[in-house]
Amino acid sequence: MAATSAPADLSAAMVMTPTALVDWLVILPVAWCILVGAVLMLLRHRVRVHALLAIPALALLVVMNAGLLYHVAVTGPVTMVMGRWLPPFGIAFTVDLTGALFALTAGLVALAGAVAALDDVNGSGRRYGFYPFLMLLMAGVNGAFLTGDIFNLYVWFEVLLISSFGLLVLGSERGQIDGAVKYGFLNLMATTLFLIATGLLYGVFGTLNMADIALKVQAAPERAPLMTLTALFVLAFGMKAAAFPVNFWLPASYHTPRLVVSALFAGLLTKVGIYALIRVGGMLFPASLAALSPVLSTVAVLTMLTGVFGALAQTDLRRLLGFLVIAGIGSMLAGIAMGGQGGFGGAVFYALHSIVVMTALYFVAGLAARIGGSSSLAVLGGLYRSHPGLSALSLMLFFSVSGLPPFSGFWPKVMLVKAALDNSAWVLAASLLIAGFLTTIATARIFLLAYWRPAADDTPSSTVRALPYAVLLPLVALTALSLGIGLFPEPLLDLVRTAAEGLVEPAGYIRSVFPAAFPGGLVP
Amino acid sequence: MEPIFAIVVGLFFAVAVYLLLSKFIVRVLLGVAILGNAVNLLIFASGRILRDVPPVIGAGLEVSAGPTANPLPQALILTAIVISFSFFSFLLVLSWRAYRVLETDNTDEMRVAEPDGDAPPPLRY
Repeated sequence: MAATSAPADLSAAMVMTPTALVDWLVILPVAWCILVGAVLMLLRHRVRVHALLAIPALALLVVMNAGLLYHVAVTGPVTMVMGRWLPPFGIAFTVDLTGALFALTAGLVALAGAVAALDDVNGSGRRYGFYPFLMLLMAGVNGAFLTGDIFNLYVWFEVLLISSFGLLVLGSERGQIDGAVKYGFLNLMATTLFLIATGLLYGVFGTLNMADIALKVQAAPERAPLMTLTALFVLAFGMKAAAFPVNFWLPASYHTPRLVVSALFAGLLTKVGIYALIRVGGMLFPASLAALSPVLSTVAVLTMLTGVFGALAQTDLRRLLGFLVIAGIGSMLAGIAMGGQGGFGGAVFYALHSIVVMTALYFVAGLAARIGGSSSLAVLGGLYRSHPGLSALSLMLFFSVSGLPPFSGFWPKVMLVKAALDNSAWVLAASLLIAGFLTTIATARIFLLAYWRPAADDTPSSTVRALPYAVLLPLVALTALSLGIGLFPEPLLDLVRTAAEGLVEPAGYIRSVFPAAFPGGLVP
Repeated sequence: MEPIFAIVVGLFFAVAVYLLLSKFIVRVLLGVAILGNAVNLLIFASGRILRDVPPVIGAGLEVSAGPTANPLPQALILTAIVISFSFFSFLLVLSWRAYRVLETDNTDEMRVAEPDGDAPPPLRY
């Protein structure tokens, strides 16, 4: 064992060629968000420039994510490794179509939220750091969608969680503190469960790289505790996604923060849990997730039904919307429970639709509450007469969230019901349709009570303030997006189908991480 | 060594879960602190406990001469410690604020965000 004088062959462990310029797009969204967030932190006393910096930065983020989606759609999954270490040693960021689609939609919604915050988040909210927190939240969300390393995924979960704490308590009101206590403890529990599962996974397979895990799971011996790991991951991500028995933190907290914060949380956070469930459960442990399918189906049905029944029982508009978020999560879980291209495709499409529409619905609720002076359905009234334009937008969004054509909610529902019928999952198909029907009733009742019902006294309708453009503009944009997807679904449907194919058969994903191992079209 | 570790980790988890099931925030906080340590020990044990030397490459060598210990679990734990500590301190401050503002540390009495006796929505107009 004499000391070798010859230099070691570094190419066995390190990337020796510089990363192609276009591949830097993989890390750019995350790095950009952290950078801008840090700059805003440095400028924390100069709150006037926060919005001026953050909104163009988020617009640029949307451009980056769109470029990334284009790049991935053209070339297939792209990998970039940190610190030149070859996978599985270094942390790899691997982007496939699913991740890129989620990242782009998240970027759009964050931009809409940042614009709406111009009006909704006042001086004190900005002094407490709304925009820095928003940028760091987006760093966490983008990181979770783009990473290819499971421990890194945990870290991004924590980044977005700690930023969401900051956003949640932005006003320090009594209700917010109450909601934040429940949100904080239960979400910390969920991420700790995720960490436990990751630790055990490392103990079993000795790797944290997702592509490497996918390979090793396929070759795992019979007695490897795959089922335990999968069940732990499903529980952890189910808790993050607000699946039925572990979702009580959501209706307890989502209606308390500022309107924009509620809207962003409802759009983004639960869907990160769904994404992680699809990625880790669906791609890494497909066999044991399929074995858990009866459990997941039951959870999905219960989540859908408790969501819509909760929505029917609520008087407060924002709390009602929290239950509609849960009902949507149930539909996505139904897709994950069915698995396969149809199921995963439906779940991904539904998640993208839900990110856009739930955010817009919270904007509507905020505007309605501002006009009516309350968010209680017992008080609101006369909106149709005083604000016909807003009423039209609201009606479109209500149709969309109920899954009626020609809006974006229709197509994922069609995909999911079709997948359920193909799999002879009659209960799932029935509960998807029933949940859609009950959502229609719940939203129709909002329209009936808050819009059609004459205002309690006639004075407010004449003294209505003009609606703020800062909220109206993002609302119109998101509604137009939902309508656009509903009218021209083919491009997105194609992308989603390809994305789901890549999840079911991750050969392309693995080849992008280990090009040497699978040089040709070899399926591992 | 591993069986002893497994038992210790199990004990930690049992204590943490017992405390987390309490309805008093202070006990839940202690449970969170212990849970974090339980997970750290779990990661440490899942990296295997060996008597190998630290992964330090000697002077004049390009690669280490013999088998070395696995540094990755320690890196993971270090990350997890930082994260769990920051969360613990945030939740500690939050709980203190909640105690001051809501005047209780009993979660059963924290009903500001979800008040009791909420009337159902009107059925007609």
